Amino acid sequence: MSVKSVKCDCGHINHEGTVLCEACGKPIEGNQHIDGNDEKHVLEMRYEGSARRSKTYKRTFIDKTWAFFSSVKVGVWLIVITLVLSALGTIYPQEKFKNSPLPSSQFYVEEYGLTGKIFYQLGFHNMYDSWWYITLVALIGVSLIICSIDRYVPLRRALKNQKTKRHEIFVKRQRLVSEDNNLTEDDLNQLKTNLKSKRYKVYEDDGHIMAEKNRFSRWGAYVNHIGLIIILIAAIFRMFEVMHVEDYVWVREGETRVIPSTNQEYYVKNEEFIYEVYDPVQQEQFRMALEDVENPVPKNFQTNAIIYKAVGETITGQEPELEEVERGEVRLNQPVTFDGYSLYQAGTQVESEYDSMTFTVSLEDESLGEFTFDTDDAPPQFELESGTTVNVDGWFPELEFTESGPSSFSKFPRNPGMILSVENPETNNLERFFYLQEDIVPLSDENQLAVEVTEVDRRSASGLSVKKDYTLPLFGVGAAIFMIGVVQGLYWYHRRIWIHPKDGKYLIGVHTNKNWFGMKQELDKVTSGTNVGEFTDQQEMK
Amino acid sequence: MEKKKKRLVFRTIVLSVLVLTLIFVLVVNANQDRPKLEEGDPAPNFKLDRLDQEGETIELADLEGQGVMINFWATYCEPCKEEMPYMDQLYEEYNDQGIEIIAVSVDKNEIVINNFYNSLDLSFPSVHDKNETVMEAYEVIPLPTSYFINPDGTIERVVQGPLTLERLEEYFLEILPQ
Repeated sequence: MSVKSVKCDCGHINHEGTVLCEACGKPIEGNQHIDGNDEKHVLEMRYEGSARRSKTYKRTFIDKTWAFFSSVKVGVWLIVITLVLSALGTIYPQEKFKNSPLPSSQFYVEEYGLTGKIFYQLGFHNMYDSWWYITLVALIGVSLIICSIDRYVPLRRALKNQKTKRHEIFVKRQRLVSEDNNLTEDDLNQLKTNLKSKRYKVYEDDGHIMAEKNRFSRWGAYVNHIGLIIILIAAIFRMFEVMHVEDYVWVREGETRVIPSTNQEYYVKNEEFIYEVYDPVQQEQFRMALEDVENPVPKNFQTNAIIYKAVGETITGQEPELEEVERGEVRLNQPVTFDGYSLYQAGTQVESEYDSMTFTVSLEDESLGEFTFDTDDAPPQFELESGTTVNVDGWFPELEFTESGPSSFSKFPRNPGMILSVENPETNNLERFFYLQEDIVPLSDENQLAVEVTEVDRRSASGLSVKKDYTLPLFGVGAAIFMIGVVQGLYWYHRRIWIHPKDGKYLIGVHTNKNWFGMKQELDKVTSGTNVGEFTDQQEMK
Repeated sequence: MEKKKKRLVFRTIVLSVLVLTLIFVLVVNANQDRPKLEEGDPAPNFKLDRLDQEGETIELADLEGQGVMINFWATYCEPCKEEMPYMDQLYEEYNDQGIEIIAVSVDKNEIVINNFYNSLDLSFPSVHDKNETVMEAYEVIPLPTSYFINPDGTIERVVQGPLTLERLEEYFLEILPQ
C-alpha cells in the first residue's frame, strides 16, 4: 500500500487525493479544495469525492501528459477550437468543390478578395483532410478516452465501497436534509415500505439506513463515450478503399465506361436516359400547381444501366470480355447495387450532345444518297450509292473560332461544326460545305450540289456517383450505443437517502445526481404517513 | 509502489496506442492525396491499336530495353499540340538510339487525331485511348501529361504540362539505354 494513502477515522484506507472517504463519506482534511468543498456547505458529489488520479500524480512525462488530457477543461477547449475551425472552413468552398480551372493560389484571392487570400494561406481550403484538423479530432478522442478512464475507475470503486453507515458530516452536508426527526419504529418501517415501493434498495447497518436506486444511470456518460469512440474508429476505417469508395462517372447514352475506383473490374453501360417532367395536360391534378411555373418541373431522372464485370486478364487498353452482372433502373435515391457498390443518379446533361447527324446530298433536286455521321465513330469518308464521295475535312465537337480558324475546345459534341468536301463524278468538282448548328452553309457560291441536314439525334449524359461503404453499420452501432448512453444518463436518476440516527433523533440526507424537483416530489410520497419533518434545500444561492 | 508502477505501465500503453493510431491515420491520410504512380514504380502495361499503321498494335511490355515517352494529349488541348513538333524533331534523332514515343490521344473521334497527325506529318506511333482506360491507369488529370519510362520499365519522370525542346531532350537522355 502506498505511503500516500489516507486512513479515515472509520478505518477505511483511501487513495491519495480522496476528497470524501469512500466508505463513510467523511470529508478528508486537506483535500477539500479539490472539489471546492471548502467554500460551500453542500458537498460536491459528482465523482463521489473519489481520488481522480490525474489530480494527484504529476511526476513522469507520461503522468503529466495523462493529467493534461484527463482535464475536462482541456477536452472542452479542444471541442470548441475544432467547432470554430470547422465552421470557418465552410465560409468558402473547399478546394475539391471549387469547380474552377484556376489553381487554388489564384482562385480564392480572385473570387473572394483579401479574406479569400487569408482563407487560402491559412490552409482552410483543404481543411477537413489536413493533418492538423485530423490531429485535433484525434486529440478530442484521446481526451475522451483518458477522461473516461480517469473518472469511471475511481467512481466505480467509490460506489462499490460505500457503506450504509455514513459519517454525520457527510449526511448533514447533502443538499436536501431534514434534521432532528423523532421517528418511531412504525415510522421507520413505513419509510422502508414506501422506499421499496418506489423501487429503492434498502440497506441497514447498526440502525443506519441507506436507500439507493438507479445507480446504473451514473454509467450513462461512459457508455455514451464508448459510442463516440466507435464512431471515431469507423471514421478511420472509412479512409481505406476496402471499406469505403466514393467516385463519379459520366456515361453517355449508348456508351460503356469503366467504373472508376473498381480497379477497372466493372463497367457500366447507359442503355437509355429518361427525363420526365410533370405534365399539366395529361395529369389534371398538377394543373393548378403548374400554372405559374415557367420552367418544366422534373419528375424523373433515370438511367437504364447494365453493369458488366470484366472476365479474364485484359491488357489495359484492349477491349475486355464483359459479363453482365446486373441490370436496372437508376433513379434518384434508387441506386443499382452490385457486389457492394452502388450507382446513384447524381447528374444530368439532358440531350446536351449530338449522337449523330444525317445528311442528304442532292444535285438539282435529285438525291445522290444520304449518310449518317456518328459523332464518336464516324469514318473520315463516306461513299454514297451514286458514286459521290463525302470527305470529313474537319470535325469540331465544340466549335469556336480562333485566329487560326475553326477549332474545338472539348471533345464533347455539344455544338459541333464540320467541314465537308463532296466529290461527284458528274460535276467533277470538289465542293465544300460547312455544318453549323444543324444547318449547312456552302463554302463557295459556285457549289452546284446541295447538302441538307435531314435528321439529328441527340443524346443525354448521365452522371452516376459510385459508392461503397462498409463502415455504415459500424457508424450505426456507435450511434446506437451513444444514444443508449444518453438515455441511460438522462431518463434515470441515481438517488440515495441516508437515515442517520443521532442521540435518539434521526438525521436524513438526500442526494440525486439530477432532477432535484422530482426528488422533492418523490420525498413527499416516501415520507407520507410518517413523522419526517420538512426537508431544507441547502443549495447556496449565488 | 507496485501499484504506482502498474499504473504507469497502463498509462504508457494507453498513450502509446493512441499516439500510434494518430500517426497511422496521418500517414494513411497523407498517402491518399498522393498519386499511386510515382517515379520509380513500374509503368502499367497497356496495348493499343496504332492509328498511323493500320492493323498494328503497340504494347508497352514489348518495348523493354528501350526508353519510352508516353505522351497523353488531345486535339482540343493547345499546349499538347505545341509540343508535338519538338517530339517529332527529337524522335528522328533518338529513335535510332533506342527511344520510343507513344502519343496517346484521349479524343473521342479518330478523325481529329488523324487529321492533326497528318497535318504535321508526324512519325512516332499514334494511338487512341478510346475508353480512357489507359488514361485512368496512368492517373492523368491535366493535359498534356508525359511519362518517361526507363529501359527496365520503371517510371523515371512524370511531367504535367507542356515541355520545351531543351527539357524534352534532357529527359530523353535520362532514359536513354546504355
